[in-house]
Amino acid sequence: MSAEPVRAAGGPTAGSRPMPVWTGEPSAVPGRPVSTWLRFFGSELRLVFGRLRNLALLGVLGAVPVLFGILFRLTMSSAEGPGGPAFLNQLAGNGVFLAVIVLELALTLLLLPLLTAVVSGDAIAGEAGHGTLRGLLIVPAGRTRLLAVKYVAIAVYCLAGCLLLAAMSLIMGLILFPAGPVTLLSGNTIPLSAGLLRVLVLALYAAAAMTSLGAIGLAASTLTQHPVGAIAGLLVLVVASEICDQLPSLSAIHPFLPTHFWLQWDGLFTSPTDWSSILHGLVSFAVYAAIFGAVAWARLTSADITS
Amino acid sequence: MASDDLAVASRGLTKRYGRQLAVDGIDLEVPTGSIYGFLGPNGSGKTTTIRMLLGLIQPTDGRYEVLGTPMPGGEEQALPMVGSLVEGPAFYPHLSGRANLARLDAADRTTSRATAAERIDRALDRVGLLAAADKRYKAYSLGMKQRLGIATSLLRPRRLVILDEPTNGLDPQGTREVRSLIRQIAADGTTVFVSSHLLAEVEQLCTHVGVMRAGQLVYQGPLAQLRGQARLLVRTPKPELAAKVLAELGLADVTQSGQEVTAELGAILPEVICERLVLAGVPVAGLETPRRSLEDEFVELTGEGFDVG
Repeated sequence: MSAEPVRAAGGPTAGSRPMPVWTGEPSAVPGRPVSTWLRFFGSELRLVFGRLRNLALLGVLGAVPVLFGILFRLTMSSAEGPGGPAFLNQLAGNGVFLAVIVLELALTLLLLPLLTAVVSGDAIAGEAGHGTLRGLLIVPAGRTRLLAVKYVAIAVYCLAGCLLLAAMSLIMGLILFPAGPVTLLSGNTIPLSAGLLRVLVLALYAAAAMTSLGAIGLAASTLTQHPVGAIAGLLVLVVASEICDQLPSLSAIHPFLPTHFWLQWDGLFTSPTDWSSILHGLVSFAVYAAIFGAVAWARLTSADITS
Repeated sequence: MASDDLAVASRGLTKRYGRQLAVDGIDLEVPTGSIYGFLGPNGSGKTTTIRMLLGLIQPTDGRYEVLGTPMPGGEEQALPMVGSLVEGPAFYPHLSGRANLARLDAADRTTSRATAAERIDRALDRVGLLAAADKRYKAYSLGMKQRLGIATSLLRPRRLVILDEPTNGLDPQGTREVRSLIRQIAADGTTVFVSSHLLAEVEQLCTHVGVMRAGQLVYQGPLAQLRGQARLLVRTPKPELAAKVLAELGLADVTQSGQEVTAELGAILPEVICERLVLAGVPVAGLETPRRSLEDEFVELTGEGFDVG
C-alpha cells in the first residue's frame, strides 16, 4: 500500500487517464473506541458551539447578570420593597448573592430552559430536517452512539450556560456590591472563598437540572423533523409543570414534577449545610434523564429514517 | 444466499406502509464488480429499497445481505465499506463543503483523524470542488451540492458505492463528469449500484440492470440480455426467396411482411448473411440490424406513462 501524493489543485480529471479514486484497501476495522468517540464528540461540540444562534443565546445569557446587577443596584439605593426574588435582602450586604438571584431568575424566567430547549430540541430533529441524519447513519455513526454524543454535547452546553451565568454574576456582584465574608440564611458567617464554592455548587446543580430537562428535549427531538416543535413542546411542558407545582391541590404530585426541585437549594446557604433537598433534586433529575434517555433511545434505534 | 460473488443479495425483501406495499418481495442480485443500474419510474420503490439496503428503514419481511453481511444488524460491519448518496445531497447549510465532509468523516469509527485533511481534499478535488471547498454549502449551486454528495463516497476506499439519482440537477458537463467518475470507481473493482430514471445514462454506463415497477422487480440481469437479440431486417423485391434463405441459414423467427423480411440475428454476422442472400439471387435493397432501444424495453416492462400512445 503506497501512499500516493495528493494531486495539485485543479479541475476534475474527467475523461483523462483513469487514476485510482482512492488509495488503500476498503476496511471496516474500527479505531480505538476512546479516540473515535472523542473525535465524533469534538465534531458535535464544534457544531453546537459553532452555531451562531447558540452563541447568541449564550451572549444574551451573559448580559443578564449585567442587566440585573445594575437594576438591583439602582432600586436598592432608593427603597427596599418586599417581594422580589429570595436573597434580595442579602444582596445589599454581599455581591456573591447576585449569582444566587440571577440563577434563580434565569430558571423561573425560562432563560436557561430556553437555552436547553433550543439545543436539545434541535439535536435530532435538526439533523432530520436537514437530511443530515441519514448521512450520519449511513456513515455509519451508529444510532446509540449518535444519541450519546448528542446528549453529552447538550450537557456541556447547559453547563457552559450555567457557569457563564454564575461567573458573570460574580464579576458584576463584586463590582456593584460589597464583597467579604458571606452571611448565611442561618445567620452564620463563612469566608468569601467558601461562599464562592457554594455558588459553584449552585451552578452545577442548575446545570444538572437543565441536563435532565435536556433528556426530555432530546426525546421530543426524536419524534419530529421540526426542531421548533420539539423546542416549543419542551417549553410548554416546563410552564405546565411550574403551574402544577404552584397549585396546592396538586401537592401530592409536586415531588414528581420535572421542575419541582429546580430551586430547592436554600439548604446550601445554611450552616451546617443541608444537602437533603439537593440530593432529592439530583435523584429526580437522574430519574427523568434515565426515563427520557430511554425513550429517545427506543425511538431513534427503531425509527424508519425517511427524512 | 450464496453471496460470495454478490455485493447485494436479497430474498423476498418487502416494505409495507399500512396497506401499501412499497417494495413487494424483491430478490436483488448485484454481482460484485458490476455497474448495476436500478431503473424504475418515480414511486416504484427504488429509494425505499436503497434505504433498506443502508439500514435506514426496517424491512417488513425478507432477508438481505450487503457485502456478505446479513442485514439489518450488520450496519457497523458493512456500511463503512459502502459509499452512498440517498435521495439527493443533505448537508449543514451554514458549514463549508470541507467542514461538512469533516463532520461525516469524524462520525466514522474506521477512519483516521491523521489522514482526514488529505482524504477530504482529495475527495473534493475528484468532484471539482476544491476551489469552492471553503464556501458555505448554502451558497453552492444545485450541481455543486450534488457533487459534494458524491464526494462523501470518495472519502475512503469502498467496496460498494450506492448512488441514488446521482446526476439529478447536473448540467451536461456535470453529468459527463459523474459518468466518468462512476467508471473510475468501477475500474478499481468497486461495485456500483446506481438508481436512475435516465435511460440513456444507464445504457451508457451499466453492465447489469434491475427494473422496478410498482414495488416489484420485473427484470434483472445483464443489460445486453434486456435489450434482447438484435434483429435482422432485409428489404427486397423477392421476400419469399429471402425468407427461404434466412430459414436455411438457421435464423429463428423469420417473418415476412410486404417487401420486408425480419428474423432474429443470432450468431451469424450480418455481412455473411448478406453475401449468402446475394449468392442465392436475392436482390438486397436494404439490410439493417435494428436494435430495440432500452426505452422501448423499459416502457414495455413498466407500462406507458399517461398521455402516451
